[in-house]
Amino acid sequence: MTLEYLQNYWWLLVSVLGGILVFLLFVQGGQSMLLNAGSDLRRDLIVNSMGSKWELTFTTLVTFGGAAFASFPLFYSTSFGGAYWLWILILFSFVVQAVSYEFRRKKGNLYGTRTYDIFLFLNGCVGCILLGVAVSMFFFGAEFTVNKGNLLIGSAPVISQWAPTHGFEAIFNWKNLILGVAVLFLARTQACLYMMNNIADDEDFFKTLKVKALINGGIFVVFFLWFLAMLLTATGYTVISDGIRTTEVIETPFKYFHNYVEMWWAGVTLLLGVVLVLFGWGKACFCNHYTKGIWFTGIGTFLVVASLFWVAGYNDTAFYPSLMNPMDSLTIRNASSSKFTLEVMSYVSILIPFVLGYIAYVWYSMDKKKLTPEELEKTDHKY
Amino acid sequence: MSDLTTIVDWSRLQFAVTAIYHWLFVPLTLGLSVMVAIMESIYLKTKAEKWLQTTKFWMRLFGINFAIGVATGIILEFEFGTNWSNYSWFVGDIFGAPLAIEGILAFFMESTFVAVMFFGWNKVSPKFHLAATWLTAIGATISSLWILVANAWMQYPVGMEFDPDQMRNVMDNFWSLFSGIAINKFFHAVLSGWALAGVFVIGVSCWFLWKKRNVDFAIRSIKVGAWFGLAGMLLTMYTGDGSAVEVTKHQPMKLAAMEGLYHGHEGQSLAAVAVLNPNKDWNNDEDEYLFEIAIPNGLSILGRHDMNAFIPGITDIINGVDIDENGDTINTVSYQDRIAMGKLAQQALKNYGEAREAGDSAAMTTALTTLKENYRFFGYGYFKSVDEAIPPVGLTFTMFRVMVILGSYFLAFFVIVLFLVYRTTLMQKNAWIQWIAMASVPFMWICSEAGWAVAEVGRQPWTVQDLLPTIASVSAVPATSVMVTFWLFALIFTVLLVAEVSIMCRQISKASKTTIA
Repeated sequence: MTLEYLQNYWWLLVSVLGGILVFLLFVQGGQSMLLNAGSDLRRDLIVNSMGSKWELTFTTLVTFGGAAFASFPLFYSTSFGGAYWLWILILFSFVVQAVSYEFRRKKGNLYGTRTYDIFLFLNGCVGCILLGVAVSMFFFGAEFTVNKGNLLIGSAPVISQWAPTHGFEAIFNWKNLILGVAVLFLARTQACLYMMNNIADDEDFFKTLKVKALINGGIFVVFFLWFLAMLLTATGYTVISDGIRTTEVIETPFKYFHNYVEMWWAGVTLLLGVVLVLFGWGKACFCNHYTKGIWFTGIGTFLVVASLFWVAGYNDTAFYPSLMNPMDSLTIRNASSSKFTLEVMSYVSILIPFVLGYIAYVWYSMDKKKLTPEELEKTDHKY
Repeated sequence: MSDLTTIVDWSRLQFAVTAIYHWLFVPLTLGLSVMVAIMESIYLKTKAEKWLQTTKFWMRLFGINFAIGVATGIILEFEFGTNWSNYSWFVGDIFGAPLAIEGILAFFMESTFVAVMFFGWNKVSPKFHLAATWLTAIGATISSLWILVANAWMQYPVGMEFDPDQMRNVMDNFWSLFSGIAINKFFHAVLSGWALAGVFVIGVSCWFLWKKRNVDFAIRSIKVGAWFGLAGMLLTMYTGDGSAVEVTKHQPMKLAAMEGLYHGHEGQSLAAVAVLNPNKDWNNDEDEYLFEIAIPNGLSILGRHDMNAFIPGITDIINGVDIDENGDTINTVSYQDRIAMGKLAQQALKNYGEAREAGDSAAMTTALTTLKENYRFFGYGYFKSVDEAIPPVGLTFTMFRVMVILGSYFLAFFVIVLFLVYRTTLMQKNAWIQWIAMASVPFMWICSEAGWAVAEVGRQPWTVQDLLPTIASVSAVPATSVMVTFWLFALIFTVLLVAEVSIMCRQISKASKTTIA
């Protein structure tokens, strides 16, 4: 296996994790609907429906971070150490989420159920939007420089430097926010579709979810198309390197459009993903009692996100463009771990299908009985 | 104080507060998960309702604790990026791999099966449920294996070489990550979690005894907790002994700080109880202790398993004096020389880069040779004086004693509890004994946290031993930002901890008002 092959392989794995993560954000989408759930019972149904899956989303986020650290450490050190406030706010929202499920209805939780529901709501909204903002920087760039020579300056040895706003500039960049809003409404749409599949309540709740899926999905489509239009017309960086250092960076108009054309398989994946999302959403919203929409939109989401990662990183593209000095832009070549490390981790990655297999089996086993108010009443462990 | 120093201090504080809070919850998760799995196994074998109820009660407490452990854990992983970004680049090639493997192999296992454990009683077969409970415990343990391997590597960096073109370290031997330090650290930390969970179960059960409610359940739980805790504590002590030997070999400065020892001797005693002299410095002639009760030859036995072995003190190490296994005086590299060699290595790296830019291959070769000769002390090049390379002695010394004294107490505690619960009825009848058991619970946490304080404070100022000090590991974030996030996390962790303890107390109180078979 060559280093180049391994870099491509690990970018593929990162894109797979990214795709799975965005699909699993339906948990956050559900949380974002808690405060206007309609009744306490429905709020409890939403929480318990999402509650059996929140750990998977959380774990995928952690593993995404771990995989990024291990395979592309220069990205990890530059982005996390630079866009400090962006990542801290994301983390903060996930910290309060993790305890809220377990604590919200427990006696003695001190701050009341409402407080924990607000925490869940905040994680639902802030988590989705800011993760969208973080991913958007893969296309529209970030304000950083990288100078490894700094390591030898005793008084200021940090190699990656960021704009003084440390992530706030990214949060308040309207281009980034468009993807953030799109992610939020996608998550909300998928939450509706998941609950239509997972909760066996009265027809009334099903109809409510259907209407919400229609509205949220509509908003998502608008924002996603806006993002896609910006992406396909955006100027990206084509990076030439000698294998170690970047030797030339070429500003390339319509870079991502070209990437989709030149990597036709990525374009096909995008189209297939979009069709599946629209099919799942449309059928769930417009058929009489269709509960399987989540599977189509889920697979579609996974494919769309993976294809976005591919056009961000493959085809000599800077996956983390530097707006301050394009020569410092990160690519899967200059930001990756060594061949040895990537190779070792590749052997471990052989177990991923096994991991996905047992997750799928557990998911099936746990969800084959639908959640009902009666079950919620009699179960020992509920959120 | 320079801005860089302020950033380093706040970053250290933030990481410390996160780690301290994280370690409040993790050992209980590690121990209680296994104990619950044992209880459920007994239930499945006996089909006795009482064991089902016992399992479910402790599982509820496990669940409350588990969530907050997960919450604090995510911060730790990402803080390597947010607050220690230079570190993440310098050794990310090695350090990142265990974290990624942890996510793929362990964390998914834990998080997938914990959902079955909590929600699956009526959804999956009893055997599947038991398997899920065990897999949750195994997942948590494997998770800690990878984290502790990564931590041990920072203290004993092996299996790597420096790549001057990339200006970072790269892995060249994966298996050497499983060093003696790593293996000892893993077992020491995980098994101390078993001991902690044992004390917790005994303490909570004694509350039931004191309230004279669910006595059979409490006695049953105490028996499991005491055996489990005793096994954990004995093995913790055994691996602690192994850790001491490893520290003596690879981190002699940490051992010297643990003992407050400046001038070592053959047959070095161990200060069992002592008051450090605050005026003592490595380069003055003050006495080390104001007061001392020593165990003769104790430190030599602890560190080298040889009652006559020489153990170097801080001044010895700084001056480069040690004695080898044959008793011969040997000169290692003094700290002054290490600083000089570190600066030489850094200059050589700079020269290498300039020569590469100029296409001067002869100069590149020369620079590379100098770099390789001096690289093992690369990190010392960031210091201006040897004082910067000495860990906080007072804190390390104190925490070591807190850990050892409390650890010894808990060994006796488990033995006495087992005697009382099997041979007498005092456990059920004597309120004093019950109260002592209950009051012991927080001390087990103090013992456990003190152990980590020894490990982490004692290795200062290094993030990677000898190669990268904290001052060169940080992110270029304003100190005020880190200060704000430190307070933010300290506040939210405290708020959540208070809620967690309150919920736990209510759950226990609620259980005492119902009948558990």
